[in-house]
Amino acid sequence: MGIGLAVLNRIASSPTIDKLKLRKTTEKAVYQGAKSGFRVAGATTRTFKRVKSSGKPKRLARTSDSGVFDLEPTEDQQMIVGVIKEFAAEVLRPGAEAAESANDTPKEVLAQTSEFGLTLLNIPESLGGLSEDRSAVTGVLVAEALAEGDMGQAVACLAPAAVATAISLWGSDAQQQTYLPAFAGDDIPTAALAVAEPRPLFDPFELQTTGVTTDSGFRLNGVKSAVVRGAEAELFVVAVDIEGRGPTLVLLESSTDGVTIEADPGMGLRAAGLSRLVLTDVDIPADAILGDGSTDDYRECVRLSRLAWAGLALGAARAVLDYVSDYVKTRTAFGEPIAHRQAVAFMVADIAIELEGMRLTTLRAASRAEQGADYAREVALARRLTAEYGMKIGTDGVQLLGGHGFVKEHPVERWYRDLRAIGLMEGAVLV
Amino acid sequence: MINLETPRKFRPFIKQAHQVAEEFLRANSRKYDLAEHAYPKELDLLASLVDGMGDSGQGQGAGAAGVRRDETDEDDKGSKVKNGTNMSSVLSIIEMCWADVGLLLSMPRQGLGNSAIASVANEEQLERFKGTWAAMAITEPSFGSDSAAITTTAVKDGDAYILNGEKIFVTAGDRADSVVVWATLDKSLGRAAIKSFLVPKSLPGIRVERLEHKLGIRSSDTAVIVLDNCRVPAENLLGNPEIDTKQGFAGAMATFDNTRPLVAGMAVGCARAALEDVRRLLEDAGVVIDYDRPVQSQSYAAATFIAMEADWEAALLLTLEAAWLADNRKPNSMEASMAKAKAGRVGNQITLRCVELAGTLGYSETELVEKWARDSKILDIFEGTQQIQQLIVARRLLNLTSSELR
Repeated sequence: MGIGLAVLNRIASSPTIDKLKLRKTTEKAVYQGAKSGFRVAGATTRTFKRVKSSGKPKRLARTSDSGVFDLEPTEDQQMIVGVIKEFAAEVLRPGAEAAESANDTPKEVLAQTSEFGLTLLNIPESLGGLSEDRSAVTGVLVAEALAEGDMGQAVACLAPAAVATAISLWGSDAQQQTYLPAFAGDDIPTAALAVAEPRPLFDPFELQTTGVTTDSGFRLNGVKSAVVRGAEAELFVVAVDIEGRGPTLVLLESSTDGVTIEADPGMGLRAAGLSRLVLTDVDIPADAILGDGSTDDYRECVRLSRLAWAGLALGAARAVLDYVSDYVKTRTAFGEPIAHRQAVAFMVADIAIELEGMRLTTLRAASRAEQGADYAREVALARRLTAEYGMKIGTDGVQLLGGHGFVKEHPVERWYRDLRAIGLMEGAVLV
Repeated sequence: MINLETPRKFRPFIKQAHQVAEEFLRANSRKYDLAEHAYPKELDLLASLVDGMGDSGQGQGAGAAGVRRDETDEDDKGSKVKNGTNMSSVLSIIEMCWADVGLLLSMPRQGLGNSAIASVANEEQLERFKGTWAAMAITEPSFGSDSAAITTTAVKDGDAYILNGEKIFVTAGDRADSVVVWATLDKSLGRAAIKSFLVPKSLPGIRVERLEHKLGIRSSDTAVIVLDNCRVPAENLLGNPEIDTKQGFAGAMATFDNTRPLVAGMAVGCARAALEDVRRLLEDAGVVIDYDRPVQSQSYAAATFIAMEADWEAALLLTLEAAWLADNRKPNSMEASMAKAKAGRVGNQITLRCVELAGTLGYSETELVEKWARDSKILDIFEGTQQIQQLIVARRLLNLTSSELR
């Protein structure tokens, strides 16, 4: 699969394996309360040193079509997913409530995931990354495993990787040389992929954030939403309707004049620190357009992002299934476990059936994507299923616990709120 | 390595199956829907073709008989993962049922009884029953889903069993030349005493009482069969003749792990037919289906179509998963029921919704979509109803016995 031994080495040497230590660092994290209402200038902690182009951009190879129907992940994938599942169970799940009230994901947690090499999965080896081939399937499996712990923190952990992936998939050689070394280093930049805009019936192919041509480049105006940890972000990849080109991805450093961030917490995913990115007469140079700025690249970005959200839905839905399966067997009513009633047991059966169906559909979309086959249809179907049944699983999860599901004693109400994000989110994460 | 595309080695065979389905089944679809109980003689030629494909090795398991689990496949040497006859059977059945479910069920030598033989017969029986066309007889007038309530009796008498009872809903019971009959050796011993027998229809004491008139799959004959002191050779008992109270029903039920994915495949094929036709009708009417634009911003018809297609895709992949597990000798009881539950219900919902989208045109016999909407209903009922599949999934998932979750 081309992830190779490098990633396994990284994981093996990660102190995350030492669970106790990790749990402590998570608990140590102290945060202020809600950041709602704050409006700050973009973070200015880092300047990326421009590097001139020295050739063609590096691209990951396609995975070849094996020709065999197979549902078995590769050994590399099984190992990576195994470690991440453990991390999700030992760190993300226990820390979910604290992260939610902090409206952010602890820095220690983010540091751990960069140590795993999450941002490196789609950066070519020649640029300091870990990959030879595209692996959208690995991306989906990783998103699923993280979200089984906590979807909010999973989104925060995956956000910088989305930007790194976008630059390695579509960036020019100069852009790759300028930005990717930072993502392959020890201190990974906080970064966010901003596609969505806050309005009903948002369509990523009809953007209201615009870029008009100036002497030196483009002037941007508009508001983006669902920007992960916007106040901390040092680098954005933003979807903008550029005059004469249509929807285009551009690179934007947070220190640029006219960039402001507004906290925009929602019903769920609070640990992702969702924000709005407000662009007021922001001037960017002509070479800020990601790669050659083709519509095909943008279209692919939208699809791969939807695929990542589908992967996240699988993890959260799995968490619901496991939680309610235990609950209905231990909760008694009318003298026996409620699992003994068909009305209850059939709801659980349906959760399992729909989850398996949406999982296979998502994996098919991912495997087609990495093999270079057309996958527009498959992504649309995975998005449809995860939106519809992901939410149904969320609401049934609460229903099965009755009044207990409605209170914060149990995590099902959080999963309910998180799962509502599926099907409406655009951007933010990528596989 | 995760890959959910049709196996490369089956692609030419599937293409061929599709052409055959189109020319032999789809072309005669309306004719035998209208002429219920008329024998579709075109199928004799087709059956020979399927036999030929099977014997040539290129299309192993073109039909219901291909669900046996024990052979190895040369093509998969060097690869740990196997795509075998369970997979090719399901893929072939999808193509056939894209054309016509009723005619697939009428395919000579491809009855559900043949699946039972393939699943539980020993090597000697397998050889002896080669070439028979076997129907399956479980249901009786007094029960449906509760197959442990079988009242048909089998009493040992020397080197034979004497069978007595009445069986209903026997698919292909009139046209088949033998029937796999489920009967009890001793009612007081419950499920463990239920055995299946291959009963040739040439024997005295077995007769077809009448044929049903149905909502759909009219080209398939559904018979009432009466066993009146029918003397069946003892060596026609399929599987183990001992009453093993520990194993209980598991042996007999193993057949269903193999046949449920096939029935799920029937629903997948039937629904695909409706989706394809309705897509054509909608696009002719100017509806644009765009996979990249959010469904919320598309027309109701386009959004509905994408939602139906999504459910269909889930049903297809669950079905292939169940077959893949069987081919790789992994337990698939829960997954087979998941596939049957999902495919059965969405097959029915999709075909009905397609009629609605196509309006009075879809309701009319000028199109086939109204027929598929009638045919699809049985697929959520036979080989275990929707509710029985849910019971099986829930019991497995929650680790509950049949006395805990009833």
